[in-house]
Amino acid sequence: MTDRRAFLQLLAGAGPASLVAACGWDGGNAVRPWLLDVSRLNDWVGEKILFSSRRLAREYPITERTARLPSYFISREMPLLQHPAAWRLQVGGLVRRPLALSLADLQTMPRTTYTVKHHCVEGWSAIATWHGVPVSAIAERCELLPQARYVRFDSFDSGYANGWDLASAMHPQTILAYGMNDSPLPPTHGAPLRLYSPTKLGYKMTKYLVSVTFTAERPGGYWEDQGYPWFAGV
Amino acid sequence: MHGAPPAVTAPAVRPAKRHHWIVRLTHWLTFLLVIGMIASGLQIYGAYAKFGDRGGPYYVNPFEDQAFPEWSRLGGWLAGGLNWHFALMWPLIIAGVLYLGYLVASGEWRAVLFRPRDWRGAIEIQKYYLRLRKEHPPQGKHNPLQKLAYTFIIVVGALAVLSGFAIYKPTQLSWLTSLFGGFQAARYWHFWTVWIFTGFLIVHVALVFVVDPASLRGMISGWYRGRFPSHD
Repeated sequence: MTDRRAFLQLLAGAGPASLVAACGWDGGNAVRPWLLDVSRLNDWVGEKILFSSRRLAREYPITERTARLPSYFISREMPLLQHPAAWRLQVGGLVRRPLALSLADLQTMPRTTYTVKHHCVEGWSAIATWHGVPVSAIAERCELLPQARYVRFDSFDSGYANGWDLASAMHPQTILAYGMNDSPLPPTHGAPLRLYSPTKLGYKMTKYLVSVTFTAERPGGYWEDQGYPWFAGV
Repeated sequence: MHGAPPAVTAPAVRPAKRHHWIVRLTHWLTFLLVIGMIASGLQIYGAYAKFGDRGGPYYVNPFEDQAFPEWSRLGGWLAGGLNWHFALMWPLIIAGVLYLGYLVASGEWRAVLFRPRDWRGAIEIQKYYLRLRKEHPPQGKHNPLQKLAYTFIIVVGALAVLSGFAIYKPTQLSWLTSLFGGFQAARYWHFWTVWIFTGFLIVHVALVFVVDPASLRGMISGWYRGRFPSHD
């Protein structure tokens, strides 16, 4: 069992590691794989024990909105569509009916609006209002195959992507948002469409969406592949 | 029944079995793990070095917008700090539960838990330290001031774990996060436990060397040969 071995290694490594924490040391090649093994264990704890598909995040009155919600993208310049009218969200993978949805199509689908707290992995938090289509409504329309266990969200922001477990994606507060604070989603926050959920850390919410793909294998993600926690539930 | 050492001719002090191996193991594990938790925590802190929702107001914090020196941090970058922190938390919790379980199961908690009736003794031992009293008051395994300190740090340890979970899962454990006054308040309390642990560590080590160096050996081998015999 690698997890147990990881624990023992950590026990042995913790002290000396702490004492030579100098030089921004991260544990080096010897420890990093074990840290990532434990991170996978924590993903499991987060997904199977602490996450509930019925528990809803607290909603706030709009008077508590934060004045300025920080945002970022990984491209050198802010990603903008050349031809916004030609944009379609491609829904595919393990589905019976692949879809290509325009923004107008999405706006005719069930709409969820909420004012919730955003939790960034860095430690900051901020409150904003979001509106859009629940991912579960998309899944219903495209008719998932039983093998679908994960969802991959891709963007036009230099390949930024995220992989989600199906249960988190089907949570009633997980939406594809086309609006923020009662207005159309601004380009700084991922226009025309972004993923949003108050049950995840900010970096799991793919902005500038182009496709939603249901998969059987666990997809990686931009930050996740660099060592950030994969599940990242809050 | 437990192999008491043979009665040597007029020993200065008779060695006494002081600490069970579970206590010694969890003591040193906790020491190492808390240092690892603090170092990785200081790394994480640097990513958003203040406490309060974006736009403020912010909680009073002498370290606002400051980075801690590189030698004090573990993890190299935010993801590394997080992975260390979320890996060390499990053995730390296991050590804490093992220790508390031992205290309860063995009845040793009586020697550690500070109770209201210990106030009198606490005042007496304080008088002794202030030289208002000549005789060292009789005591059990620990004197009442020690009990107060150990009980306090165990409570702070529990608060550190609970506030940590309040930050880790503010949505799934929202009831816990609310108990601490919200996400940013929980971060704030979690950060304060760092300084309480650091202060405790400094005073604790200083007292060991100044007052009773033999207790260090007691915590390593389990045998105590010092000048403060238990009157139990």
